[in-house]
Amino acid sequence: MAGMTYSILTEGLVKRFGETVALDGIDLAVRTGSVFGLLGPNGAGKTTAVRILATLLKPDGGHATVCGHDVVRQAHQVRQLTGLTGQYASVDETLTGTENLMLIGRLTGQSRPTARSRARGLLAAFRLSDAADRAVKTYSGGMRRRLDLAASLVTRPRVLYLDEPTTGLDPRSRGDMWDVVRGLAATGVTVLLTTQYLEEADQLADEIAVIDHGSVIATGTPTELKDRTGALTLSVRPALPADVPAVAAALAAVTRAEPEIRDTTVTAPVAGEDVMPAVVRRLDDAGVRVAELTLRGSSLDEVFLTLTGHRSEELEGSAA
Amino acid sequence: MTTEGTVLDSPVLEYPISEEEAASLSPRVGPVEGLRQTLSLAWRTLVQVKHNPAELIDFSIQPLMFLLLFTYVFGGAIGGSPHAYLMFALPGIIVQNSLFTTLNTATGLSTDLEKGFFDRLRSLPIARFAPLAGRIAADVAKQAWALAMLIGLGYALGFRVGTNPLAVLAAAGLVLVSTLAVSWALVLVAMLAANPEKVQIFGFVVLFPITFTSDAFVRTASMPGWLQAWAKANPVTLISDAMRGLLVSGPAARPAVESLLYVAAFTAVFAPLAVRAFKRRV
Repeated sequence: MAGMTYSILTEGLVKRFGETVALDGIDLAVRTGSVFGLLGPNGAGKTTAVRILATLLKPDGGHATVCGHDVVRQAHQVRQLTGLTGQYASVDETLTGTENLMLIGRLTGQSRPTARSRARGLLAAFRLSDAADRAVKTYSGGMRRRLDLAASLVTRPRVLYLDEPTTGLDPRSRGDMWDVVRGLAATGVTVLLTTQYLEEADQLADEIAVIDHGSVIATGTPTELKDRTGALTLSVRPALPADVPAVAAALAAVTRAEPEIRDTTVTAPVAGEDVMPAVVRRLDDAGVRVAELTLRGSSLDEVFLTLTGHRSEELEGSAA
Repeated sequence: MTTEGTVLDSPVLEYPISEEEAASLSPRVGPVEGLRQTLSLAWRTLVQVKHNPAELIDFSIQPLMFLLLFTYVFGGAIGGSPHAYLMFALPGIIVQNSLFTTLNTATGLSTDLEKGFFDRLRSLPIARFAPLAGRIAADVAKQAWALAMLIGLGYALGFRVGTNPLAVLAAAGLVLVSTLAVSWALVLVAMLAANPEKVQIFGFVVLFPITFTSDAFVRTASMPGWLQAWAKANPVTLISDAMRGLLVSGPAARPAVESLLYVAAFTAVFAPLAVRAFKRRV
């Protein structure tokens, strides 16, 4: 297909819950066949946006289309094209894995043999064959999440919403889920993924929109965002508190960013580890004795700080 | 546990639907499809019973136990003899059991909402009424089953129908229509209550006293005057009287018509409220 096509387009999407403004005019453009990451802290409006796009909520303002169909006026068409996997596994716990998938197949017009073979195929693809005939309530958290994802694939959607697909999973299951998302993306489905984890968006998404308080505060490819915000965070704690200004000056000179000072630790976003020699040299030249020097991946909190100049409220308490 | 290429290795996924299919989507759900989806969801509710046998006890053993206890423990004292009481109480116990079963509709709906299963259903291209209608259809099926069991055990204990098969069918129809009307109120409760436990509490606080302050189990004559006044107007009394008339003997037409008026009024008030709350909640 020539040119770029968009599977999801939103314009000025607004949603209020009483006094709370959950979405304050969101514009999104998700390219067909891409993985789009919606990154933000709890309460930023990610789930609200997904629920509107999945026709579960009606927007109070603006509009959105999925594959060219309006999510309000052509909701039935949108539902035929989309699949949703939420934060919580939304499957019937009393039924078996097979029964859950067959139910969805039958509901969406598949014949019994088709529904059965498709359920079997999906269970195999998600390594649930052994548990196929067990009630879902006996599944582990990771297994439930995989079944939930399988359930959203029964209808072979062209657009898949994954609302925090790895929240609450252990690192191993998280890695599994990442592999699955990559596999799905390779089949040509368009994926809209919400996450609180910068690393997850970085690993999976072709493009990211960072949202905070119901507004998009930055968009771009992971590389673009990292160039703007620094993918890594360098923190230096001098042995003597009196050296803090000297450390700040050294970091500012190397990173060309305004370092943040908390107690006696100075932190600054950096683009890559190649700045380390320069930092060490400058600290040495300034005669600073260093008690601690670390380079680590930036947290979402730090990306927020760089993008907005304020820490995200949600993370403020835990960061202190 | 290996994960490599799990999804990619499965040609069965045929992923995703093609451009052509996507270009020819149906704009709405047809009525026949909607009915089929309702049946699929009713099937799902009934399959749950297979996996959760405790529920079977809930809607079959419990009414039988009620029937046995009332007949043999209270029967002699209330009705002179267990058999005399059985002839009086069985129609009432059928009504009581049907009313209590509507609680299952409400707790089931409430559980689906709480667990997010409703979100899954609503994200699918199915009729909007199917999840609600499927739940109610399944519970009507359970009602019919419990009704058959109660009459079956009643027969074994000596209960005899004093009318004709047509009247028995009319009795079954009346009790099913009545509980359907009450179901609307329970659906409303399910939508407003935060969780299934709260729905249960409602059942005990409201359904229990309404059911017992009627002539389902005892004649109203021995009740104090103020309670008699209420008990005589209580729809549970009217339905029980109609059931007695249809199954045993006595006037059936008047209480049946009055019951149906209640049914109509209940449905007119609660069906729209329930559907509105349902649309808002989900």
